[in-house]
Amino acid sequence: MNLHYEIPSDDLAHAGEASSSVKKMLVQLGIDPVRIKKAAVSMYEAEINAVIHGGGGSAEVTIDSDKIVIRIIDNGPGIADLELAMQEGYTTASDDIREMGFGAGMGLPNMKRYADELDIQTRPDKGTIVTIVVYFHQ
Amino acid sequence: MKTAELAAKLGATIVTGKAGIDKEIKGVYCCDLLSWVMSHAGKDSAWITVHTHMNIVAVAVLSEIACIIIPEGIEAEEATIKKAVQENIPILCTGLTAYEVCCIAHDCGI
Ligand SMILES: Nc1ncnc2c1ncn2[C@@H]1O[C@H](COP(=O)(O)OP(=O)(O)OP(=O)(O)O)[C@@H](O)[C@H]1O
Ligand SMILES: [Mg+2]
Repeated sequence: MNLHYEIPSDDLAHAGEASSSVKKMLVQLGIDPVRIKKAAVSMYEAEINAVIHGGGGSAEVTIDSDKIVIRIIDNGPGIADLELAMQEGYTTASDDIREMGFGAGMGLPNMKRYADELDIQTRPDKGTIVTIVVYFHQ
Repeated sequence: MKTAELAAKLGATIVTGKAGIDKEIKGVYCCDLLSWVMSHAGKDSAWITVHTHMNIVAVAVLSEIACIIIPEGIEAEEATIKKAVQENIPILCTGLTAYEVCCIAHDCGI
């Protein structure tokens, strides 16, 4: 099954709809709740990053019998220093964003923790592609 | 303990009607950093937060949080309440502080 979602830029109120919709799909498919949480939380973090830092983009999701592959694509500024960005607590979020409770610098570490596989392709001014894989049986 | 029972013990107002009020609460988690909540809150927790925007509902759904408690007399936003009803996440509003909510929850055996 292939799913496609647009991720609107700077529309924080509706951010997370793609992840919520994928979560519902996985629940309907009867996937193990622990696996669903891993996929849903890591996708949400990537989706929110695309909104806040990446100026919006899209999500391509493929679900098959043994795994879900989630690709979050944006055309934003890219991540200058990925190793630094992966550290817990590192953030460049603005004060406004932080006031809403984002910007703990925990999104990328959460993805690393929850995804079974995580790949991040990023280039300055070319954008970022985050690929998350979660296996259903492991 | 069920969400509705905890709401009664707290004297809290359930602003989301009947949605999800029978959900069993297994713990309490208090934090306002959303990513932190997603990484640390236990399944079926009651989550205490001062945030009132719509994203708290998404965080609750994705983290399998049982209900949201908004303390200190802060009012939930209308759009957030609507979304929470759709997603079956009860929102409890109370004048108590987060600390007082935790104490009462503890006394209830949570
Ligand atoms: N898609 C992206 N495009 C550009 N920069 C990004 C992107 N994703 C992450 N970053 C950079 O990496 C930093 C760390 O990201 P991370 O998700 O870990 O934390 P955060 O988004 O700042 O806060 P949190 O996720 O806890 O709300 C961001 O502050 C930002 O500078
Ligand atoms: Mg983030």
